[in-house]
Amino acid sequence: MHKSPIVVDGISKSYPVGKEKVNAVTNISFIVNPGEIFGLIGPDGAGKTSLFRILTTLLIPDNGNAYVEGFNTVNDYHEIRKIVGYMPGRFSLYQDLSVEENLSFFATLFNTSLEENYDLVKDIYNQIEPFKKRRAGKLSGGMKQKLALCCALIHRPHVLFLDEPTTGVDAVSRTEFWTLLRKLQDQSITMMVSTPYMDEASLCDRVALIQNGNILDIDTPKEITNKFENPLWAFRSDQMYKLLLDLQQMDNVIACYPFGQHHHVVLHQDQDVPEILDQLKAKGQTNLKAEPGIVTIEDCFMQQMRK
Amino acid sequence: MKQLIYFIRKEFYHVLRDTRTLIILFGMPIAQIVIFGFALTNEVKDSRIVILDLAKDETSRAIIDEISVSRYFDLTGYLNSNDEIERTFREGKTRMVIVFPPQLQYELSHNKSSTIQLIADATDPNVANTLVSYASTIIMDFQRNTTGLSFPLDIKTEIRMLYNPQLKGSYSFVPGVMALVLMLVGAMMTSISIVREKELGTMEVILVSPIIPFRVIIAKMIPYLVLSMINVISILSLSYFVLDVPIVGNLFLLLVECFLFTLTALALGLFISSVSDTQQTAMLISLMALFLPTVMFSGFMFPIENMPVPLQLLSNLIPAKWFFYIVRDVMIMGTGFDQVWKETVILIIMLIVLILVSIKKFKVRLA
Amino acid sequence: MNFPLSIESINLTKRFGDFTAVDSISFQVKKGEIFGFLGANGAGKTTAMRMLSGLSKPTSGSAVVAGYNLEFQSEKIKQNIGYMSQKFSLYEDLKVKENIRFYGGIYGLTDQQIKEKSEFMLHQLNLGGSANTMVRSLPLGWRQKLAFSVAMLHDPSVIFLDEPTGGVDPVTRREFWQLIYSAADRGTTVFVTTHYMDEAEYCDRVSIMVDGRIEALDTPVNLVNTYKVKTMADVFVKLARKATRGE
Repeated sequence: MHKSPIVVDGISKSYPVGKEKVNAVTNISFIVNPGEIFGLIGPDGAGKTSLFRILTTLLIPDNGNAYVEGFNTVNDYHEIRKIVGYMPGRFSLYQDLSVEENLSFFATLFNTSLEENYDLVKDIYNQIEPFKKRRAGKLSGGMKQKLALCCALIHRPHVLFLDEPTTGVDAVSRTEFWTLLRKLQDQSITMMVSTPYMDEASLCDRVALIQNGNILDIDTPKEITNKFENPLWAFRSDQMYKLLLDLQQMDNVIACYPFGQHHHVVLHQDQDVPEILDQLKAKGQTNLKAEPGIVTIEDCFMQQMRK
Repeated sequence: MKQLIYFIRKEFYHVLRDTRTLIILFGMPIAQIVIFGFALTNEVKDSRIVILDLAKDETSRAIIDEISVSRYFDLTGYLNSNDEIERTFREGKTRMVIVFPPQLQYELSHNKSSTIQLIADATDPNVANTLVSYASTIIMDFQRNTTGLSFPLDIKTEIRMLYNPQLKGSYSFVPGVMALVLMLVGAMMTSISIVREKELGTMEVILVSPIIPFRVIIAKMIPYLVLSMINVISILSLSYFVLDVPIVGNLFLLLVECFLFTLTALALGLFISSVSDTQQTAMLISLMALFLPTVMFSGFMFPIENMPVPLQLLSNLIPAKWFFYIVRDVMIMGTGFDQVWKETVILIIMLIVLILVSIKKFKVRLA
Repeated sequence: MNFPLSIESINLTKRFGDFTAVDSISFQVKKGEIFGFLGANGAGKTTAMRMLSGLSKPTSGSAVVAGYNLEFQSEKIKQNIGYMSQKFSLYEDLKVKENIRFYGGIYGLTDQQIKEKSEFMLHQLNLGGSANTMVRSLPLGWRQKLAFSVAMLHDPSVIFLDEPTGGVDPVTRREFWQLIYSAADRGTTVFVTTHYMDEAEYCDRVSIMVDGRIEALDTPVNLVNTYKVKTMADVFVKLARKATRGE
């Protein structure tokens, strides 16, 4: 049917909240290429988890079709369950079982064993092996995350679904986790990863920006930032909060928001900068600096949200 | 097969590592048997009784004197006519009414024989039995003492048990407790253990694996089946060795019936887990929908025969009622399978229906 | 409360058995400062924050929070601080105004005060029409902004924010920080933890905890210069990698 590992074709899904129906995802379509790390970037409530559940055959879409490795998620769910690995949002581990008990349970669930696919998980397993007798509930966030990944990989899945694997995990563990994912790519496993952290988008091959159940944009991270339409400038001064308020009041400023050490300012045209600087000086800003800003996925996301 | 075995082993880990639940699991039946066993003691003191003395002669007064000095009885009053008996019982003013016939002394002196009526409230059969036997003893003693003096007398006692003529209830706390414990362990624990996986999110991973739902169900049931059977054995041993409750019938038949009832409870648990999303919901449903009806209809608190008709009809839907009949008949009355096959068939039908519904309701998806 | 320091921690320590969760941390936070409290998972942030907000007794060391001594006046401290976290903030099954009433009631505000404050707050948050909405049906970002305002209801002199922006979209996250800025501008001390490294840059000063100790404490600019890296994320990774505790 389809050669792509993941095909999403016009998927919609709503769920009832009280008396109303809320759309989790609305008419979403995209394709994930073989061996790709595909990022689903968006805040909580954007519809990421619903999409994951539809693709992992846990939910039936109201409309549209989805295919994993050519199998329809509704009709061929048996086939799909044999070939996908899934790490749900909250790392699904048994807190009262030890690391190795968790691993062997999930291995037997897929009729396999740790030994059988050891080469695939060894990089991850080596990191958690020192704690293999420890109960999963007593592991740190980063270790739990690695154990959950190990469990999801243990049957050598063709497609790996990771729903917010880095949420609530500190920056160091997050970096390590992404390194592990890039290594897995060598094993030609296709991965779909969701994250609310926009800075992680640049670690994916392609990303979909998703908000309120709609896809804002799909492309490589580089292309997405290249497509940024307006001039972006980074401002700073001695009084950052006042600077923010002052900039937000100016007519030729489209948007101004804190970004790292600077305020990112979206303008209609580069030529406005000297005039803005003059106005700011007149308002008593000192040590004022403005330089062309580096566009990030987050800037693009916010631009899409403003539309 | 290996898959199933590991799944079952994992379930045992969960059970055995949760010390608090384990204590409740095994402590509850023991505590209940002990509490019921000793609370339903046969020692009765200061029970309120009322006398209808239609004779008002020397003999009746003498017997009344004997009775009123007994520490077992607290003579609270006299009735004037037969019509008042029913009302005094209904108002709960008395446990027993002693009726002396109008011609007591006359009959005794002329016929050497008369009958005193002992009417007891048998809703609590143990108490009723005890009261009646105490009163009879006192009357016998009186008779023997008098006989020794001058003329032989024959005072008969006519015993009437009100409300529960067959004295259902004595020892019935054992089948009752058994029904209760098996229901709670089986249904509540199974449902909670499944719903906990929903809450943890592990159910999502299990569903997204090739495992067959039927195996998940079996794996979830087996540990609690084992635990329940351990409970059955501990309850039976406790009652037999500590509380001297006899096991009259066939022990093997009894165990098979317990096994059947446990399966029914587990199937109910499965059903509950399919309709609840949180552990609290599962627990509440188990308590409200199982605990109360089990207590009410398993006969060890209230005789079903005395309930209003709608409740009696409702009781037919409660597995515990049939289990109670089976255990009472087999264990206490010592009847064989030929006497309880109807109840057994009813339980089997309930089991099959519940399992079918549960498997049908067990979702291979989340919603 | 004219006290120049809002928080002063001196050798604050918490041990659980032979495990030292927080190992003799000392630092000062000035009034009106936005203080970023960073650390890897398990570095002891939550334990430290619990001690400072009077929820947990230190094993040793002392601290003054909002002008009150942690050891003797923890009840006073609780009246003068606000607390908000990503995990628990508002009752989802209560309406917006019921939540405000509830928290106002807890802090002993009069009906009149609650009324005035909630009108002002709802206006500030553009939630004017949503007073009767169930909190559950508000978008997450709005919920978090509302939770922040509710935690500020009793004008606390220090507010503790535990990962307040987790999972919130980037625009709302900026709006949230603007609320933080304006609170700090009005003199409230803000003590905040976060996993978003860019948010570390928005703080006046940042401390980074590693294995129960404060490994670095300075302004973001100085930290970046000291460790000769580009961003706070780099500083954090550089420091937190040193962690030996791991668990």
